[in-house]
Order: sequence, then C-alpha cells, then structure tokens
Amino acid sequence: MSISVPTKIIRPKKTLSFDDLRELWEYRELLYFFSWRDIKVRYKQTIVGVAWAVFQPLIVMVVFSIFFGKLAGIPSDNIPYPIFVYSGLIFWQLFSSALSETSNTLVSNSSIITKVYFPRILLPIADTVTKFIDFCFASLILVGLMFFYGYTPSLSIIFVLPILVILTFIVAIGAGLILSSINVKYRDVRYVLPFFIQLLLFVTPVIYPLSIAGKYAWVLALNPMTGIIENARAIMLGTGMVNYHSLALSFGIGMLLLLVGIITFKKIERYFADIV
Amino acid sequence: MEPVISIKNISKKYRITHKKVRYAALRDIITYALMSPFTYFKNRAKKLFGRDTKEEFWALKDVNLDIYKGEVVGIIGKNGAGKSTLLKILTGITPPTTGEIVIKGKVASLLEVGTGFHPELTGRENIFLNGAILGMGRKEIREKFDQIVEFSGIERFIDTPVKRYSSGMYVRLAFSVAAHLEPDILLVDEVLAVGDMEFQKKCLGKMDEVTRTRGRTILFVSHNMDAVSRLCKTSILLDQGKVVAIGKTDEIIGKYVHQMQHGDTSLTLPITDEEITLHDFSVTQNGKNAHDIAGENSFAVNLDFSVHKKLRSFRSGFFLKNAMGTVVSRTFTQDWDPTLEDIETGRYKTHLTIPARLLIAGQYEIEVKLFCLGTREYLKNHLIEKRITVFSPKDYNESRSKNTDRVGYFLIPEKWTVEREIKTNV
Repeated sequence: MSISVPTKIIRPKKTLSFDDLRELWEYRELLYFFSWRDIKVRYKQTIVGVAWAVFQPLIVMVVFSIFFGKLAGIPSDNIPYPIFVYSGLIFWQLFSSALSETSNTLVSNSSIITKVYFPRILLPIADTVTKFIDFCFASLILVGLMFFYGYTPSLSIIFVLPILVILTFIVAIGAGLILSSINVKYRDVRYVLPFFIQLLLFVTPVIYPLSIAGKYAWVLALNPMTGIIENARAIMLGTGMVNYHSLALSFGIGMLLLLVGIITFKKIERYFADIV
Repeated sequence: MEPVISIKNISKKYRITHKKVRYAALRDIITYALMSPFTYFKNRAKKLFGRDTKEEFWALKDVNLDIYKGEVVGIIGKNGAGKSTLLKILTGITPPTTGEIVIKGKVASLLEVGTGFHPELTGRENIFLNGAILGMGRKEIREKFDQIVEFSGIERFIDTPVKRYSSGMYVRLAFSVAAHLEPDILLVDEVLAVGDMEFQKKCLGKMDEVTRTRGRTILFVSHNMDAVSRLCKTSILLDQGKVVAIGKTDEIIGKYVHQMQHGDTSLTLPITDEEITLHDFSVTQNGKNAHDIAGENSFAVNLDFSVHKKLRSFRSGFFLKNAMGTVVSRTFTQDWDPTLEDIETGRYKTHLTIPARLLIAGQYEIEVKLFCLGTREYLKNHLIEKRITVFSPKDYNESRSKNTDRVGYFLIPEKWTVEREIKTNV
C-alpha cells in the first residue's frame, strides 16, 4: 500500500493540458483492461472469432480478384492481382474497422461514462488494439500468398511496417475522435458512416494502383491512407524503395487529423456525461 | 486539522433546451433549416451574438464545504437539489463550471453497482473488469479475488458468462466487487434504493461495517432518512443547488422533513422514455382523485402506461414511503402475475386497491417504478411520485395520541377481544 496520499484537484476543464498525459499514464492499467475486454469478447468463440478476422479480407480479396482483376482488368503494377489487392485490403480493413469502432465508442460505452471517471480517450485507443489483432491474423494469409507467388519482402520491412501500422492508427484514431464527438451530438453519424467508408475505399488505392490516376495522383495522395498502402506494397511486393515524400505527407495529414480529433474530443468530453 | 475534501465556490451550470429528445439528429436540423430557413438563421445569429434564449439552470451554486477525515456525512435534499451533481463533480464524471475542489486521498464511488459489466464475460472476468473500472489495480484485484467471490456467494457460477446469471446473482456479484474497494473517500449515491429489501439490508450492513473501519471518509446521498440518521453524524441539506444547512443529522433531517411537507411536487404527464410512456398516474378514493385519504375506506393507485417494445423481466408498480423516506412497502404488478414479466407492447392500465385500515395516519409518498430487473430503470430522471396524507379511520380512538408521536408502520385492523372476569366471591 502506498503511504503518500494522492491529492486531486478538480477545476473547470481546460481543453488541452499536460496533466492529460500524466493522467493517461496513471490509467494505463485500465487501458489494458479495456483492450483485454474487447479481445475476450471478440474471440470468445475462439474459432469463429479468428476465422472471421481471416475470412473477411480473404473473401473480399477473392471477389475483387474476380471482378476487378479478371473481368475489369484493372492494372496492378505487374503484381499478381490477388496479392496486390490483399496487401491493400488488410491495411484498409485495419483503418476502416478502427474508424467505425472509434466513432461509436462513446455512445456504446455511455453506461460506463456516465458513472465512472477515467480519461475517455482510453476507449478509442483500446478499440484499435483489437483491430490490430485482427490485422495480425489477416497478415498470416498475406505471408502465405507471398510464399505462393514467390515474393520476398525487402529488409526495410522491419522498420517501415511498424511505422505504417502506427500511422494507420493515428489516421483512424484522429478521424475516429472527430466523428465520435459529432456522434455524441448527432446520432445519425452512425448511419452515414458505413456509406462514407465505402466511398473512401474508392479514393484509396486499394483495388487499383496509384499510377492509374496519372497527373491527378496528388489528389489521391492527400488521403493519408494512400501513402500508407503504396509504401506497404513497395516494401513487401515491389522495389523496396520507400517513398519518403508520400510517407511524410501521410504522417503530416495523420497528425493534423489527430490534433483536430483530440481537441474536438476534449471539448466535448467536458459536457459529455451530461448529454449522453 | 486539514480537510480531506475542500470544496470552494463550486457551481455547475446546465443549459436546458426545451426539446423533447436528448440528442439531435443531423437530418432533423437539415430539414428544419430547409423548411424554415428564416427562423433557423435567426436562431443561429442569436446564438452567435450570445443572445441565445436557452434557459440556464444552476444545478449547484457557490457551494463551499470542508469535510474532514473519518467523517460520515449525509447529503440530503429534494430531487433536483443538486446532490447527485455534487457527487458527479467529486468523482470527476462531469467538471464544475466554476470553483475548485481539493481532494486528498483515493476516491471511489458507488454511483451504481455493476458499472461496466459485460454480459459475454464470465463472473471471474467481470470481477477484474469491473474492479479496474472502479479504480482497483490488477494486483489489488488478484489479492481480493477470493474474498469478493466468497462475499458474493456464487462460487459455483464464477466461470459462467454473466448473461446466464439471474438478476439476483448479477447484483450480488456487482455489489461484492464494489464493497471491496478500499478508498480513503467513498461516495455513495442511492445504491440502497435498488434491489429488494433483503439486498438493501445487506448493503446497509456493509455500509455500517465500512463506516466503522478506521479513518474512512464517506459521503452518503440518500432519500432514506432512516439510513442517513443511522450512518451519519453530520449532514448537509441542499436545496436548489445551495447548501441550506450543515449540522447534526437529526436537526438536518428535521429541516428536510419540514421542507418536504411544505413543498409540493409537480409532475406533468405524459412522460416518455425510448421504450415506455407513462400516460397517467393517480391516487383515487371512491373514484375521485385524492390527496387526503380517509383511513376507513380503501383507496386505489392507478397507472396508465404504454410499452413500445417487448421487455424482459419487467416490473411496474410503486414504492410506498413514509415521511422519513423509509420504504414501508413495495408492490409490483408482477408480484402476483408472473406472466407480465415478459411484457408485450401495448397500453396497460393497472389498478391496485390498498385496503382500508392498513396504514397508520401520516404523510406518505407513492413513488412509481417502471424497470427491467437488473438492467434498466425507466423515466429515472423524473420523480414520479404523489404525496398523500392518510387520516386515521373515523372509529379509531385517537384522543390520547397526538399526530406527531405515532409509532409503527401499519394498523392492525382487528379489534381486540376482551373478556372481563368479574370477581365474584367463591
């Protein structure tokens, strides 16, 4: 038992302060428990849970390969279409599932929020952890595909892949925080979001290569997921050359989203328990 | 001595919008803007220039309090007096609008037992999850795990998902987690109002125990004056967001009871929740609405409500409370009719006759309860209650007792039989 008595001071909330970071550290165990809860619930029926994480991208890959790869003949930078689309899909799914989960997190956890205090931002962070585990399972298929088609990733994968995953989180959490703040006030975000995510898929080079866009490629590059997916393909399937320009751009836009996300979230957090 | 909780000039402002729904849908706003653009932009402009006509409501206004180590303080007051808001600010759930609070020590609250329970997880898993949410560390939970399980009395089902628990088991597990928190400062809000009488008694027992353990500071919010007077030496009376009186519990309760008898509650019906609408609630005697109840005749409590969705483990009925806030009786439609537990959608009119010569004379409150056992209480933010005054039956001989010193809870409606033996010389 600790001897020092913790002193807490409650004041009207500021939007941003360094105390938040300290507080986040204090509550790290709760973050662990929230993630643990989500993982437990997700994989409760173990076989179905894991299978779902693998099957979903797999089936989508097969369907896309048939329709877009074979029938529509969409180019894929000389990479076999199945592995091309799958490598994009797993990142896309990491992003889209994290985004839709985080946007709903405040509303779905409202029964806890109105009764106990903890830094609310833990909830969206915990949500993304489960999505990461799904991502890991889905990656196994990618490894299999790479063996099958005889691809060896370049060595830079060790450094770049974690960066890409973290970047995906930053983008998803940033956008998710903005959306979840809006969702608290306007509940129809829930209905608009799936549609919005569907549209986003088409402005992200998942089913087609960035090169297809020609001189308008810069428009697509504004979408932070573009840089992430293009670089993921480069290191896993392509030349191994990291495109630092697009990576930096993704990082910049991702950080901007995160900053705006945190500010809107903190603003709404203040009166959150009162309106949920 | 330095206070462990020092509250300085705490105020909390809420905005009341006169809308029926709690949250807006973007589509409503868009339709509104398109249908009547002029009004819409006028309102937007007003908002921009700060001439908003929204009503402001101060749930708390300039509250100053010092609470010292080891004190057990009762916080009482009418509904809407600001008691719960004060606790919510103390726990940090909602920040104050102005002011500052300095708290020394670990705070835990029993705002609601079972917070964060997940139906898919087992009892064991939920103990960990719930414990963490309530502020225990992993190590601490592991140490207390056996104690918690033992106290709950559900060892056999500890690895069963809680969705398979009966509501009683659920509440027991939830409470035993909460009961094993060891904070320096404990905030308790109306926990005792949930659950059945037996469970309430168990909670009170635990509260007694907690109170006696060394140096724990407790803030206790309740409508149950018996419990407050039993547990707390000092009490605070709140009214309309202000501290009206601080002092010895007996005196404060006296003030509160006085306030209750002179105030009046107003209730506008119908009120609607997502799943339930209460259309009418009345107390009648001889077919007429009544506040004053003649003891020699029966009277009826009538509810008229609609259920919009099929509900499970549903209960509809009321608590009957005396002037001290003690629940004298609770009664639900489902007590005698289990078929109504899984209630279908539709409109229901329920009536209950309370027999003549049952209650002793005095003030009572009838508080309507509509809830699903262990999961949801409806219309919780409204205080749906009616105050009645019961008078002694006409033939009751009361000449020797004054109105104020009545003892007991109910009348025995039977007459004594008396046999007089006249002494005769044998």
